[in-house]
Amino acid sequence: MPDGRHEPEQAIAGTGMGGTMDLGVDEAEALEKRPGGGGGPGPEGKPRSLWSDAWRDLRRNPVFIVFALVILFLVFISLWPSAITSGSPLTCDLSRAQEGSRSGHPFGFDGQGCDVYTRTVYGARTSVAVGVLATLGVAVLGSVLGALAGFFGGVGDSVLSRITDVFFAIPVVLGGLVLLSVITSNTVWPVIGFIVLLGWPQLSRIARGSVITAKQNDYVQAARALGASNSRLLLRHIAPNAVAPVIVVATIALGTYIALEATLSYLGVGLKPPSVSWGIDISAASPYIRNAPHALLWPSGALAITVLAFIMLGDAVRDALDPKLR
Amino acid sequence: MSDNLTLPAQQGSTGASTETLLKVEGLTKHFPIYGGFPIKRKVGAVQAVDNVDLTVGVGESVGLVGESGCGKSTTGRLITRLLEPTGGRIEYAGQDITHAKRKQLAPVRSEIQMIFQDPYSSLNPRQTVGTIIKSPMEVNGIDPAGGREKRVRELLELVGLNPEHYNRFPHEFSGGQRQRIGVARALALNPKLIVADEPVSALDVSIQAQVVNLLQKVQDELGIAFLFIAHDLAVVRHFSQRVAVMYLGKVVEVGDRDSIYNRPRHPYTHALLSAVPEVAMDDETENRERIRLYGDVPSPIMPPSGCRFRTRCWKAQDKCATDEPPLVQISGNRDGHLTACHFPEDPTTESRGEDVVLDPALKALEESAGKD
Repeated sequence: MPDGRHEPEQAIAGTGMGGTMDLGVDEAEALEKRPGGGGGPGPEGKPRSLWSDAWRDLRRNPVFIVFALVILFLVFISLWPSAITSGSPLTCDLSRAQEGSRSGHPFGFDGQGCDVYTRTVYGARTSVAVGVLATLGVAVLGSVLGALAGFFGGVGDSVLSRITDVFFAIPVVLGGLVLLSVITSNTVWPVIGFIVLLGWPQLSRIARGSVITAKQNDYVQAARALGASNSRLLLRHIAPNAVAPVIVVATIALGTYIALEATLSYLGVGLKPPSVSWGIDISAASPYIRNAPHALLWPSGALAITVLAFIMLGDAVRDALDPKLR
Repeated sequence: MSDNLTLPAQQGSTGASTETLLKVEGLTKHFPIYGGFPIKRKVGAVQAVDNVDLTVGVGESVGLVGESGCGKSTTGRLITRLLEPTGGRIEYAGQDITHAKRKQLAPVRSEIQMIFQDPYSSLNPRQTVGTIIKSPMEVNGIDPAGGREKRVRELLELVGLNPEHYNRFPHEFSGGQRQRIGVARALALNPKLIVADEPVSALDVSIQAQVVNLLQKVQDELGIAFLFIAHDLAVVRHFSQRVAVMYLGKVVEVGDRDSIYNRPRHPYTHALLSAVPEVAMDDETENRERIRLYGDVPSPIMPPSGCRFRTRCWKAQDKCATDEPPLVQISGNRDGHLTACHFPEDPTTESRGEDVVLDPALKALEESAGKD
């Protein structure tokens, strides 16, 4: 495709200033240095936008594809665990306790004689639900509040900052022990609610700082000088440039939330048996690590892979959203 | 509010233009400083711009020069209403826009545009060039004949860029090209006034000339008035018909280009002009005056009483500390050439009997060199 220099005579219709309008050599070179061999969509091609470019970029990224498939698989087995296992996680046979791998039971049995494979598959639902829903809640609540505080400043910002200070002072595990021990419901919702309650200040602080940095850029001032509304400034100019740290922190937090659910379940205030969760299984298997390491390793491995997959996905999305890294 | 803004007839006190497009009177911006514990309260103010009067005629280009931190950029941002003025009055085409709200400003926004200093931070890195140049039309709901995309291509061509680079991102361009994109964005709405805030000072010297020429071409062809803010006197001389010199938030001298550059009266203007480096060949004799100031601009939080330049002025007397000199036409000045000084210099830049060297270090250096 035509690239680089543009004929100055065409650019300035007969002003006699063609010479001065000519692009400098280095400017023309800068244009040639496009990644992808000077390609890029032609003038008649589809208009590029941040998201369509990011998606095109992600589809070519093997890291993204691998971990996106892992996450899709996790979501799939969370929704339909019976698709890949015929057993029930609650059917246990004490006589087979701590037995190793054998045909039909590839991961062996845990201390209660339950099939580790089935329990690991069924445990994904809890972990994925807690991780995804808690992160969504934290990200939406935290980034909206933080972005508004950072953008508008003033009294609202000061009040919000003090409130986040208060929440930061609450120790997570102690707070969980106190708050969740009074709740008798054995579902994931109290755990998710608790994580959102304690997690949003972190995201709100990140979003606030990021928005304050972005709003000082001249392009925000330029848009303001054009008469752009506050919502346009926030959504079109500030948010796309402030979202990267939020995505990174949110995906890392997603991993820690899954681990936090496991911790709370281990301590007996998260989910309780007969619910199935990796945290419960890790907790139950840890005293027998010498006799039956497989009962600990499989749920732990699943937890580690899930956390890693979300972190890598977040990393890939962040990179794809930055045109400079393409 | 009417969209048909009528331009009032204006007695041409400023030379080049007969009609006034922008009129600034007593413009003041004080940034409050908060301090104290536990309850913060206002403990002072940075007097960034203090009582500035300025006019820009239709199609006229006015230069605004001064040292770093003298309030030039703040003045520009007040005029484009990116900052809220503390006091004074901004009148655009006869309409008071000093405290206009966003909705009230809408018809004026499209006529006053801004070009920013830093081409790297003035373009959203996550939008394509097409989106960037299109956004002024989107925000103001303007649909040019042939569509917005066609208009973007025309603008890219006008500023000397390849219209096919429509779909590229800003980081794929060099600094000079990015500044051209900024110019195209400013031109998208056919403005009548462009506030250019140091549009070339962040660029390579070789690229500066190209961008200045582009701006000049735009001005000539489209008849756009410019407020050209710069610290580079040579660029301003090249570009502006009238020049205002600012010092510490105040306009100390204003006049047509020839008056300011060849017949300056204010000591600060003399010092600024004398500070422009010039290449003198060996066989040429230096016949320009030589003035070397000492020290920095005083703090705008506690500006000197009376004349703000008196702390660095070699002609300062007691009167300068008590009376603030008004910005008036002093005897010997041409029409429209106003100077704020009690003891103005002669209207010449020829070298005087003795150099004015106020910097003790430089003075000592030159004296020791003279003894050898």
